[in-house]
Amino acid sequence: MDKANVSETEERTFQARIDAEEKIEPKDWMPEKYRRNLIRQISQHAHSEVIGEQPEGNWITRAPSLERKAILMAKVQDEAGHGLYLYAAAETLGVTREELIDRLHTGASKYASIFNYPSLTWADIGAIGWLVDSAAIVNQVSLQNTSYGPYARAMVRICKEESFHQRQGYNIMMTLMKGAKLQREMAQDALDRWWWPSLMMFGPHDGESAHSAQSMKWKIKRRSNDDLRQQFVDQAVQQAEAIGLVVPDPDLKWNDARGHYDFGAIDWQEFERVISGNGPCNRQRLAHHKNAHDEGAWVREAMAAHEAKQRSKARDVA
Amino acid sequence: MADQMQLYEVFVRSRRGLDHKHVGSLHADDSAQALEYARDVYTRRGEGVSIWVVASRDITASQESDCESFYDPLDDKPYRHAAMYELPEGVDSL
Repeated sequence: MDKANVSETEERTFQARIDAEEKIEPKDWMPEKYRRNLIRQISQHAHSEVIGEQPEGNWITRAPSLERKAILMAKVQDEAGHGLYLYAAAETLGVTREELIDRLHTGASKYASIFNYPSLTWADIGAIGWLVDSAAIVNQVSLQNTSYGPYARAMVRICKEESFHQRQGYNIMMTLMKGAKLQREMAQDALDRWWWPSLMMFGPHDGESAHSAQSMKWKIKRRSNDDLRQQFVDQAVQQAEAIGLVVPDPDLKWNDARGHYDFGAIDWQEFERVISGNGPCNRQRLAHHKNAHDEGAWVREAMAAHEAKQRSKARDVA
Repeated sequence: MADQMQLYEVFVRSRRGLDHKHVGSLHADDSAQALEYARDVYTRRGEGVSIWVVASRDITASQESDCESFYDPLDDKPYRHAAMYELPEGVDSL
């Protein structure tokens, strides 16, 4: 067989495996586009976990009690860990951590646009945990069945840890809603600002999504953007009502025939503006990450020097 | 000593999509041989689709006897568990 035939056969075997709901593992043959598509998606996911530490980290020193502070630190620590699981999963595809970080810094690789919004009040920490983590979970639960083994297994681990995140956020909102008028207003204001960006987290409508069709065929994605977004809305509306919050959407209405909430139009121009670098905090987020990376260089160098010294000592003994 | 066989730890992936799981160990002269031995010793009945062998001396392990000091700062954080946060009436999908 010539080379073209070989890769055609391999491609057929590959797709048959996917169609049969089998996982693809790192050493399997895979189409170059599948590999690139996965690296793009997993690294964006990893960057989102890491950049997402910034709006929350912003409130660690100002948390209203020692307990809330400890909880928030534990959550931010989890996000760093999730970033690590995901970078490691991406690296099984033959890309290095340095390349991934470099792509983040040059803007070649994106992260969730929602983290380009500022966290202005303590209630924002509640809204982020409740809405942003809920949206992430809806997406991640479906990704537990993604076709690439290491990504699927990372998702299982992450989902397990994530439920504490949304609950602590919801608990902050619930506590504020039981408080004074000012506190209730603060919670409502946070919901007003975070609601629409949360809906945008699921990405463009199915018809407009650049990578969706191929990703669904390869089962990298398992459910469509609109499908996931609807599930999120249905859950969140009920949760908002239960504690007396009002979802900031005049078109929001239960649709008996569909068995779902209908909701208003998303401002896609805003989404485009923020994802392409012009949201309220894009420059700050990237500058902060670059800065932390550069300022940490001496630590990485010192660790490498220590390693080299230990190795040379061990050689001398031998 | 060069002429003594090494100990290898064997990990088997029973099915695509699952983690490799430790199943036992064996002696071999090198890793290629360890892989063949592992196939013959641990997967005679189709127990797996992929095997990893790792030289035991390359594994760094924590000790259960050190648990108290090793995990010390992690044990007193009940807030890492979702169950700590109570939900209001009517909310169940969190």
